[in-house]
Amino acid sequence: MATNSARLLALLGMMQRIRAFEETAMAGHAAGEVPGPLHPSIGQEAVAAGVCANLRIDDRLTSNHRGHGHALAKGADAARMMLELYGRAGGSCGGKGGSMHIADFSVGMLGANGVVSGGIPIAVGAAQGLQMLGSDAIVCCMFGDGAINRGPFLEGLNWAALYRLPVLFVCEDNGVAAFTATASVTAGAGVAARAESLGVPATSVDGNDAAAVDAATAALVGAVRAGSGPRLLHARTYRLTGHTSTDAAGWRAADEVAAARDNDPITRLEAVLRAEGVAQATLDALRADALREMAALRATAHVAPWPDAATAFADVIGENA
Amino acid sequence: MPNVTLAEATRLAVLQEMRRDPRIWVLGEDVARGGLFGQYRGFLEEFGERRIVSTPISESTIMGAGLGAALVGTRPIIEMRIFDFVMCAMDELVNQIAKIRYMFGGQARPAVVVRMPHGIWRNSAAQHSQMLEGWFAHLPGVIVCCPSTPADAAATMVAAIRSDDPVLVFDPKNLWGATGDIADDIAPLEFGRARHARHGDALTMVSWSACMPLAEEAADALAAQGISVDLLDLRTLAPWDADAVLASARRTGRLLVAHEAVTTAGFGAEIVAHVAERVAVRATRVGFPSVPIPFSPPLEAALRVDAAKIVSAARGLLAT
Repeated sequence: MATNSARLLALLGMMQRIRAFEETAMAGHAAGEVPGPLHPSIGQEAVAAGVCANLRIDDRLTSNHRGHGHALAKGADAARMMLELYGRAGGSCGGKGGSMHIADFSVGMLGANGVVSGGIPIAVGAAQGLQMLGSDAIVCCMFGDGAINRGPFLEGLNWAALYRLPVLFVCEDNGVAAFTATASVTAGAGVAARAESLGVPATSVDGNDAAAVDAATAALVGAVRAGSGPRLLHARTYRLTGHTSTDAAGWRAADEVAAARDNDPITRLEAVLRAEGVAQATLDALRADALREMAALRATAHVAPWPDAATAFADVIGENA
Repeated sequence: MPNVTLAEATRLAVLQEMRRDPRIWVLGEDVARGGLFGQYRGFLEEFGERRIVSTPISESTIMGAGLGAALVGTRPIIEMRIFDFVMCAMDELVNQIAKIRYMFGGQARPAVVVRMPHGIWRNSAAQHSQMLEGWFAHLPGVIVCCPSTPADAAATMVAAIRSDDPVLVFDPKNLWGATGDIADDIAPLEFGRARHARHGDALTMVSWSACMPLAEEAADALAAQGISVDLLDLRTLAPWDADAVLASARRTGRLLVAHEAVTTAGFGAEIVAHVAERVAVRATRVGFPSVPIPFSPPLEAALRVDAAKIVSAARGLLAT
């Protein structure tokens, strides 16, 4: 198999794991097993997989409320993530964070965030700290198109450019801020133009083309790690599901959704791989393996013990008893 | 070191710690030129621009970047210039810094110091004079410090810098010039331990920050009238020394809390409630009325706490 096909197959495998993780979690949510809100990223998997495939484990990542895919692609443990969604002992955060606050510092994942653009100042500060410590690790900062209308976006990009910080900003542009079309509430030419105006070179890419995301990110990560300062990747994609798992998104135009389904990043990448001679059975196996893996994690999480009530008082201030 | 100002005491404390630990750095507006109050004077020359970082007027990112830098192992001192500007960084402080350790299940200890010079000072009006320390005492996940003397301000800075928890330091602007002696080798303050400023048995008085010298003046005036006041300087509000206040209130049966902040829902309310739940006590509070702080000197003076108001409240309490 060609090297390129092997890399694309690995991307597809990750994308299938992300999708299976979220489909499984949504099923668990619908069955009343998963408490709290879930913000699925189904349809956006090529961005998470294509970007994170270019990061080292010691590179740091900040994410947003729609961050399951980012965490998985950065290498976070899926079993612990599923336990976290279920609020069980052994979860990524001991059951104290849930879907919106998954973090796994062991793989450089500095946390999802329940506040839109909340990760941006944290990312630039992490980069400033790494620069101070003489590290060549970089920070990848993932956010959605809704975040570009908040102040921390402006502040953070200005800051990163000013101090020439090793940050790759990734705007995962699914075109909709919660329930409102972002274009309808955004003046000017959009995220890339805003970044350029602040001295942050921007690259736009079809975020449903995993190979294109991978290639664009590789170039940007190279520049950032070489000390050229921050870069921004604008990845246009589409959220196939609603804002949360309980939003059926019936408010969207049917033809828009149908077109988006035809543009599903997973089916697109499968077509590329078939054209490169990869057998359908190989592709099908990735999907089946991912579904099997996540079904097993769901079954485990559903019967896993709840956190010890005493842990509710731990990790607030001072040393734990 | 004898007879240094409170501002200089904090400068020497930060200097001592930055010389000890190269992971400590300062970020905020104008810090490279010494800070708005000279509290970082000479730091740029000694530590360079990587550790003394003058920033844009971007409070959200000053606060959030401090957090991010702490998450990779540095120990930032986040300078807010004056307290009132923290309102522009509330998400980063309240939603992020205060919660990140807990909601990530203990994976991170955000070891940041947030310095917020606060209080009424030189007729600075409604947006440059506030004392909202009670908001932050209400917030789980942070330590809240309100020192009032040069020695305590220095010890507070050392403790704050060495703490692995987020520590909010409310520098008392009106006391920057107050003088006192500090140790050559500044030891860390113990959080949650009050300072016993006056010993007495007629009345327990509790105060902190810029109100503390007014409370001392009031206590001395009352002493001259034969009323001995047991006066505690809390120094930290979260945690606060409830044991010391309870012990004193048990002896005196009278409790007066004086703070510069607005009385309504101020931290004095928490102290009085906590004590009243445990001790038979008569209590009162002295603070600012529920009014934004006015500019004109006589308007401001009419509303702010002074020693005479504390004396009057104390006498009223003793008459009941």
